[in-house]
Amino acid sequence: MAAQKQEKSVIWDWLTTVDHKKLGIMYLIAGTLFFVKAGVMALFMRIQLMYPEMNFLSGQTFNEFITMHGTIMLFLAATPLLFAFMNYVIPLQIGARDVAFPFVNALGFWIFFAGGLLLSLSWFFGGGPDAGWTAYVPLSSRDYAGVGLDFYVLGLQVSGIGTLISAINFLVTIINMRAPGMTMMRLPLFVWTSFISSTLILFAFTPLAAGLALLMLDRIFGAQFFIPSMGGNTVLWQHIFWIFGHPEVYILVLPAFGIISEVIPAFSRKRLFGYTAMVFATMIIAFLGFMVWAHHMFTVGMGPVANSIFAIATMTIAVPTGIKIFNWLFTMWGGKITFNTAMLFASSFVPTFVLGGVTGVMLAMAPVDYLYHDTYFVVAHFHYIIVGGIVLALFAGLFYWYPKMFGHMLNETLGKLFFWIFYIGFHLTFFVQHLLGLMGMPRRVYTYLGDQGLDTFNFISTIGTFFMSAGVILLVINVIYSAFKGERVTVADPWDARTLEWAVPTPVPEYNFAQTPQVRSLDPLFYEKIHGDGTMKPAEPIQPIHMPNGSILPLIISIGLFFAGLGFIMMNMDNPIINPWIVAIGGLVITFGSMFVRSVKEDHGYYVPVEQVKADLKKGGN
Amino acid sequence: MKLWKTAWRFLPLSLLLFLTGCMGETNLTALDPKGPQSQWLFDNMLLSLYIMALVTIVVFAIFFIILAKYRRTPGDDTIPKQVHGNTALEITWTVIPIILLTILAVPTITGQFMLADTEPDPEIGEDTVYIKVTGHQFWWQFDYEDEGFTAGQEVYIPVGEKVIFELHAQDVQHSFWVPALGGKLDTIPGITNHMWLEADEPGVFKGKCAELCGPAHALMDFKLVALERDDYDAWVAGMQEEVDVPTEGVLAEGRAVFEANGCIGCHAIGGMGTAAGPALSDYANREVVAGYLENTDENLEAWIRDPESLKQGNNMPAFPDMSDADMEALIAYLRSLDVQN
Repeated sequence: MAAQKQEKSVIWDWLTTVDHKKLGIMYLIAGTLFFVKAGVMALFMRIQLMYPEMNFLSGQTFNEFITMHGTIMLFLAATPLLFAFMNYVIPLQIGARDVAFPFVNALGFWIFFAGGLLLSLSWFFGGGPDAGWTAYVPLSSRDYAGVGLDFYVLGLQVSGIGTLISAINFLVTIINMRAPGMTMMRLPLFVWTSFISSTLILFAFTPLAAGLALLMLDRIFGAQFFIPSMGGNTVLWQHIFWIFGHPEVYILVLPAFGIISEVIPAFSRKRLFGYTAMVFATMIIAFLGFMVWAHHMFTVGMGPVANSIFAIATMTIAVPTGIKIFNWLFTMWGGKITFNTAMLFASSFVPTFVLGGVTGVMLAMAPVDYLYHDTYFVVAHFHYIIVGGIVLALFAGLFYWYPKMFGHMLNETLGKLFFWIFYIGFHLTFFVQHLLGLMGMPRRVYTYLGDQGLDTFNFISTIGTFFMSAGVILLVINVIYSAFKGERVTVADPWDARTLEWAVPTPVPEYNFAQTPQVRSLDPLFYEKIHGDGTMKPAEPIQPIHMPNGSILPLIISIGLFFAGLGFIMMNMDNPIINPWIVAIGGLVITFGSMFVRSVKEDHGYYVPVEQVKADLKKGGN
Repeated sequence: MKLWKTAWRFLPLSLLLFLTGCMGETNLTALDPKGPQSQWLFDNMLLSLYIMALVTIVVFAIFFIILAKYRRTPGDDTIPKQVHGNTALEITWTVIPIILLTILAVPTITGQFMLADTEPDPEIGEDTVYIKVTGHQFWWQFDYEDEGFTAGQEVYIPVGEKVIFELHAQDVQHSFWVPALGGKLDTIPGITNHMWLEADEPGVFKGKCAELCGPAHALMDFKLVALERDDYDAWVAGMQEEVDVPTEGVLAEGRAVFEANGCIGCHAIGGMGTAAGPALSDYANREVVAGYLENTDENLEAWIRDPESLKQGNNMPAFPDMSDADMEALIAYLRSLDVQN
């Protein structure tokens, strides 16, 4: 039998942790840093567009900002922030002690983070990537884009590996690690949507990895997959990119749907209306999400037949999404609704997302899309989906799960103020952009000429951004204030909620559940409140709990990948300090060497003894 | 907190914005269509907007009723009835959207084929104007191959006729868009696309590049000039005429400067142009310099001396040291390039 757990210093503990809860918090911090970075870029871009012909940013810098804003927000902010909640909440909601592969979970985080750092390094080596987050060739080819784009290619490649292995881990966890009685049709909606979202990652990030590899071969090794003058095809890149890029939207928005489906029932005190329909609607959305990638390419000239097919398929997505919207509304209908900050965000999500959805149907009309495409109408549409959908859901989830994650509440007054300022700012920013697009403003323009009728709405839009920024600053103040003055939470269930994560004590013990719970229903905790004594019944006797040891290897493996990526990038630099091959191969040696060590070194983990579990149980919890 | 009251106050405000906020500049905005294609697009946009407004109103109505009726009063610890679902309701909100989408699907398909129909107008037949468009970083080339000349930055078409455009790109991807007249289509290296436009009335319509194409993407504007058929024919005839090279006076000096500095290597005057820079055959009638600056002598001089500062990433060499006399002559010569007199 392995030894008991060793005491370690705090920093070493966080660097080596394989605990899903700590990794969840690390994802939250990393995602927040990238979110703020990309948000500041957005603010700068809106300042540049506040007046016609402003000279705040040059065209080149502006293009670098749009590229990095989009790339960071999608890959390095929204994804990790959702992963933060998925990591923290999924094992708790299914009654598991951890994810299926804790080591891989840590590896996923560190690789994602290494890729993010690699991408960010571009600023110090001749400027960021500048071909838009879609990196359309030939603009992203070696002839037209500098070394910044190599950082894009390899940064995303590395961080994509992290995302991919994390998703596989979630899939295995949800399939294998559920508590007794937690059938698939009793899974909380957040687990369901995360499950389907992870499936999408599995099938969407692989084509992305292939596409990035082809682009890397073109850029660094002189291949010609995408160079038309050499027989390559530029539209090929667009297909590969959007076969990943369209599902990516659903990868992000489905877990956001899941958060909404947790928060609304909790604060309406009602079970989710039409649970089964919600599950199947999620699956249908995911399936159709894969089938419609070419609706991003209506103006490429695919011909009327292809355009019509993709148009109709795209419209079809409105049906399952509509089912979800009405199910949320009817969850609230007849309920006893508490409007705290989490619920304000969750309930305002519903009409806001509808506004984004209806413009989605308008965009799906392929011929009329000839008007909207690549204009501010599209910018407005997808920000209604991404900010009005995903970001509102993230804030709802933050306020909802914060007490469980950090042991204290966020201040409600500051929270509500934050909601109103952010929400009003959001609509000010993006509603008028629909009109700007129709009035003839293309997207991705760093300036526009005066007296074209575009001045007023651009000005309003920028004012809205100031509101949104002020809102986020209020959130930061709230987090700091609440850390010192916030109401401490010691009870397991501060919200009177319904699902299993509220059955474990706060703070959550490292092993989550002293005894794996017996699940008897959907919303198991609520079921026990009505039909039992309000606590979960154990499915097993108290016994020693087997836990994995921490490991520094995930960090070392990702450092190796970081340098491998950097080495390939250096091959396109004018005067690399050292031979790029040394860096690239050295990095790969570190990575594969650490993997080898991991394979041959035996590590059986440790046991939490029964006395310890009993002592914890006495202190509190179920 | 009176959420619904606040939200209610914002509704008329947003409508007000919509009504008073001007529809954008005429001859640019798609909200004031000036041709049959843009009219069709506008009508069908309105159709989808009405249907979607209906959906939005239903959702918002339910939402505001919920906000008004179902808040928990403090101290009320009762648990509402736990409803698992309602099959009839769920079928309703599945079937109704399907019907609404079917209504939109019909014009989607018919319109798609209407826009893709780039066969010559049977009424005009062989006289249908056919223009080859090439997108460059960051300007537009218009080849009138049948007529045998090239125009740069400004494309002329006759009013009331379906004009066919053949779209190419020289370097990176661009997108050809005249919002007031119709939809856009991408110009892609290695691929040829076709589209058509028609103007109902004479006028100068503003065109844009809609696909990110580099640092000066925002400034890749062009003009589409629609003329009555007679005026158009006169313009074509002017463009087809042999260009007289001036032999004396300041114009001859200007021509010499134009040749000596290699301008002529990129900028053709008369005939089919080269692909390196915009043809200057009808330069005197250009509305703007470099696609966006007012066409004054000062702007023209600034452009020739330092193009990079006005349009980042363009390929024109700078002539910072050209003498004032040469510059004056060159500008005078450019100002004399006029096929419309």
